[in-house]
Amino acid sequence: MFARRRFAVLKDLLEYVGIEPGRLHFSWISSAEAAKFQETVLAVTEAVKALGPAKHMIKDIRKVA
Amino acid sequence: MSTTQEIAAQIREAAKRLLSEGKVDCVIGFAQGTVPMREYPYFAYTPEEAENLTWSRFCCNNLSNFLVRRPKGQADKVAIVAQGCVSRNIVGLIKENQITREQVYILGVASPGMVDRNKVQALFPLKTITEVTEDGDELIVKGLGFEERVPTKKVLRQNCYTCVMRNPVIKDEMIGEESAPTHGGNIDKVAAPWEKLAPEERWAAFQETFKDCIRCYACRDACPLCYCHVCFVDEARPQWCGKTQDEADVATFHILRAFHCAGRCTDCGACESACPVGIKMRKLTSMIEKDIRELYGYTPGMDLESQPPLSVYKPNDPQEFIK
Repeated sequence: MFARRRFAVLKDLLEYVGIEPGRLHFSWISSAEAAKFQETVLAVTEAVKALGPAKHMIKDIRKVA
Repeated sequence: MSTTQEIAAQIREAAKRLLSEGKVDCVIGFAQGTVPMREYPYFAYTPEEAENLTWSRFCCNNLSNFLVRRPKGQADKVAIVAQGCVSRNIVGLIKENQITREQVYILGVASPGMVDRNKVQALFPLKTITEVTEDGDELIVKGLGFEERVPTKKVLRQNCYTCVMRNPVIKDEMIGEESAPTHGGNIDKVAAPWEKLAPEERWAAFQETFKDCIRCYACRDACPLCYCHVCFVDEARPQWCGKTQDEADVATFHILRAFHCAGRCTDCGACESACPVGIKMRKLTSMIEKDIRELYGYTPGMDLESQPPLSVYKPNDPQEFIK
């Protein structure tokens, strides 16, 4: 419940700086909800695959070294 | 309205009185800087030292930063010069159990609105400014071969235009009289400037704003909210954030620094004033504070009673984003 407030702010902040909304997912899953866990993992991977490789927040070690 | 020079004289009187009566061990205020427009935080331990205290439109540091992390063995009862934002940060520190109300004697001052020295310098490109004095609502800027008057309204810091509380919210003694609570600007109109952009343009705007960051951490050190003994950027095991100036590391630092201040930032502008390369980090932090106002109806530091928004919850808090 406390986390819900923090996640709401974090999500808005990341979208505000331009991280694609589809890369950020939140779910409540109980340890007894195996089926929901499986469905969520599939949905998240699908959504991220559709967006393609990440464009931001990538550190190129050859550039900075 | 008293002029800042009159206020400065009254601050010196009050500080001398408090120190000679032994009511406090130290008075935290500002002293005249060695270069123009750079008043610096000053700790007066004796009535003689209190003579060095001053007050002007160039007092850009947030003094409440010095109430925490005081070296061991030093005075435990301190007086502090506090305008609206500083008093709000003191409220925050009390709420977060960093200090007690009894420990601090607050010399309240109505904020005149602080001047952004970069804006003044920008009016005189490539010229050396040797002296800046205040005359009512105007600055007299002197340099090599020129002298001009500049209205202070033109060169205030951005956060001062949209200030919501210029008067101290808690105080033990008021220096000078209270002023109108705001400068008239509306923070909700200027907060979160990148929201107007299309989602795919935002990252570029974010990068453009922070591209000059040299990772000196002046913004963090000037911030009264950043009192952790070991900051996440300084931790090496695990290393949460890389040390380079690569965009990923710079972005990580600034996003997390802003997030750690969520629901606590009083928009005092100390971070922007401290930045040696003039980064406007309020473009980022204003988004969080806007969210806190809109989602949870909270403005940090306005009173001692209300609960910090991220330490409580309501059953009907927004949760459409949780699947």
